[in-house]
Amino acid sequence: MGKTIAEKIFDAHLRDEPFPGAKVLNLDRVLCHEITTPVAIADLEVRGKDRVFDPSKIKAVVDHVTPSKDSKTALQAKMLRDWARRHAIKDFFDVGHNGVCHALFPEKGYIRPGFTVIMGDSHTCTHGAFGAFAAGVGTTDLEVGILKGVCAFREPATIRINLNGQLPAQVYAKDAILYVIGQIGVNGATDRVIEFRGPIVESMSMESRMTLCNMAIEAGGTSGICLPDMTTVDYLWPFIQSDYANKEAALADYKKWWSDADAKYEKVLDFDLSRLEPMITYNYKPDCVKPVRELAGAKVDQIYIGTCTNGRIEDLREAAAILKGKQISENVRGIVSPATPKIYQEALKEGIIEIFMAAGFCVTNPTCGACLGMSNGVLAEGEVCASTSNRNFQGRMGKGGMVHLMSPATAAATAITGVITDPRDI
Amino acid sequence: MKKVFGGAALFLDRSDINTDEIIPAKYLTEVTKEALKPYCLEDLKLDGFDPKGEKLKAARVVISRANFGCGSSREHAPWVFEVNDIHTIIAESYARIFRQNMFNGGMLAIELPKADLDRIFALQSAGTVSIAVDLPQQKVMASAGGKSETLHFEISQFDKALVEAGGWVEFADARY
Repeated sequence: MGKTIAEKIFDAHLRDEPFPGAKVLNLDRVLCHEITTPVAIADLEVRGKDRVFDPSKIKAVVDHVTPSKDSKTALQAKMLRDWARRHAIKDFFDVGHNGVCHALFPEKGYIRPGFTVIMGDSHTCTHGAFGAFAAGVGTTDLEVGILKGVCAFREPATIRINLNGQLPAQVYAKDAILYVIGQIGVNGATDRVIEFRGPIVESMSMESRMTLCNMAIEAGGTSGICLPDMTTVDYLWPFIQSDYANKEAALADYKKWWSDADAKYEKVLDFDLSRLEPMITYNYKPDCVKPVRELAGAKVDQIYIGTCTNGRIEDLREAAAILKGKQISENVRGIVSPATPKIYQEALKEGIIEIFMAAGFCVTNPTCGACLGMSNGVLAEGEVCASTSNRNFQGRMGKGGMVHLMSPATAAATAITGVITDPRDI
Repeated sequence: MKKVFGGAALFLDRSDINTDEIIPAKYLTEVTKEALKPYCLEDLKLDGFDPKGEKLKAARVVISRANFGCGSSREHAPWVFEVNDIHTIIAESYARIFRQNMFNGGMLAIELPKADLDRIFALQSAGTVSIAVDLPQQKVMASAGGKSETLHFEISQFDKALVEAGGWVEFADARY
C-alpha cells in the first residue's frame, strides 16, 4: 500500500507512539510570535525549565502588534525579545526586520519539503505549500515543542482535492480556496490534511500555493499540503544551492516525499475551476461564499489588503494593476500592509507603493494589522471591510464590524467604486 | 494540577462556535490566564445568552453542538473557561486545535453523538441541568428536576492519560 506525503513525513519523524493512534513527532521547526509564546515562556520559567531544545530550529518574530501600541503589547514583545536573546535564538525578527510570520519565515528559506513545523498560530498550515506538514497549535503544544522538540498528533487522514482546468483571467488562488471552503464547509476537513493537487496547483507560484494552504484551517484542516516540484526548488534555490549539485538533483531528492500513486485517501474531490468567478464571503463564517457579482453594489467602509493570506508581492501586483492611475472612492478608507520588509522594498522598486499612495491608500509597515482587530485598522460598530484576510468571524476586525473576504483584485476593484465590485467590471 | 469535572451546565445551542466568540483577539495582549476572566464568550450572540449573566457565572460545564472552538489556535479559549472554573465541555465535535488545547491543559472535551447530546439538551425543560463525569467509567450523568440521563462517551487512551497527568507538559516532561 502506498503512502501520502503526510504519512511519509509522519513515518520519518515518529519519535514515540505512547498509545495507539497518538503519534509524537520530532519537529524541524518551532515558530514563535509575540501573542502566543510569552505565556509559554512564563510557564517554563515558573516550572524552572527555561530551556530550548535547539535554538537553530526555533524562529521567532514580533508581528501581530508592531511597533507595540501600548504597555501590554510592549511587554509581550519584550518577553519574546529577552527570551530569544537569553537562548541565543539568532533568527529573531524585531522592528525594522519583522513581518507577518507566514510570509517572513518561508521568504527566509526556513521551510523545506518533508519538514514538520508547528507554531502557536492557526494559519501555520500555510507552510504546507512547501511540502511540509505544518500545523497550528496552542501554547501548551508550543511550550513542549520549545522544551522537547516534539509534538503529538492523531495521524490525520488525507483529503485529496484536485483543482482541475485553468483559472480564468482575474480569478486567483484566493477565489479557488474560498470556493473549495464553500463546497466542503468550515468543518469539512477537521482532523484531516488537505492535499492540493491538479493542474491548477502545479501551475501556481509558491505565493499562490501559500494562499491556498493558508486557508486549509478555515475548513478545519490540520495542514494544507502541496507536492514539492520545480517551482518549490526555484523558490528555495538561494537557500539550498550548496546542498545540491543542481536543481534537478534537488527535485529528485524532494520527490521522495511525493504521495505514491496507490496512496490511500479518505476522500478525493475534483473541482473543475475553468469557469470559476471571483468569489466573496458573506455573513460570519468562511464557508458562506458566493460569486462577487451576487453581492455587487453592497457598500463598504474600509479596504484591507495584506495579511498571511494575501500580503505577498504577487498580491500587491494584482491589486496595483487595477489601481494604477485610479483613485479610490471618497467613501472608503484604503489600507495596505505589505507582509514583509522584503515585499515592501520590492513593491517600492516596482512602483507599486507609488500606485497605492496615488490612489489614496494608507501604506502601513509589515504587520498582521487589521486582520484580527488587535492593532491598526479596527472597524467601528456597524462598519464593513472588504478584506484579503482569511477570517470573517463576528467582531474579528472590531466589535460589531463585518468582514467580506476576497482576492486582492476584488478588494482593489471595490476600493475604486466604494461598493463590492467584480474586478472584471473595472 | 488535577481539575474538577462536572457541575451546573450552560447550554450553547449552535454549531461552529468559534474562538473569537469565546475570547476576542483584543484580549490576547494579556500575558496571564487570570486576566482573561471577565471576557468569557463576550462576542457570542445567541438567543437567551448573556455573557455578563448569572448562568455563565454559575456554569461549570459548557454543552454545545458540532465543531466547537473552530478558528484560531489561541489557548486563551480553553484558558478563559478554566479561569471561570469551567473544566468540561461536552459537544458533538471539536475543532482539532481547541480539543487538543483542552486535553493539553488537563481539561475534558467530551464528544457525544448527536442523539445523546439531544437527550441532555432535552433535560433543560425539567429545570437546571447538572452534570457529573465519571472519567474511569467514561460516563456522563446529566440530571434536572428528578430526571436524569447516563451516557457513555469515547475517549482515546492518550487523551485520558493527559487528563490524568494534569496536562501535556507534565506528560511530556516525564517521558521525553
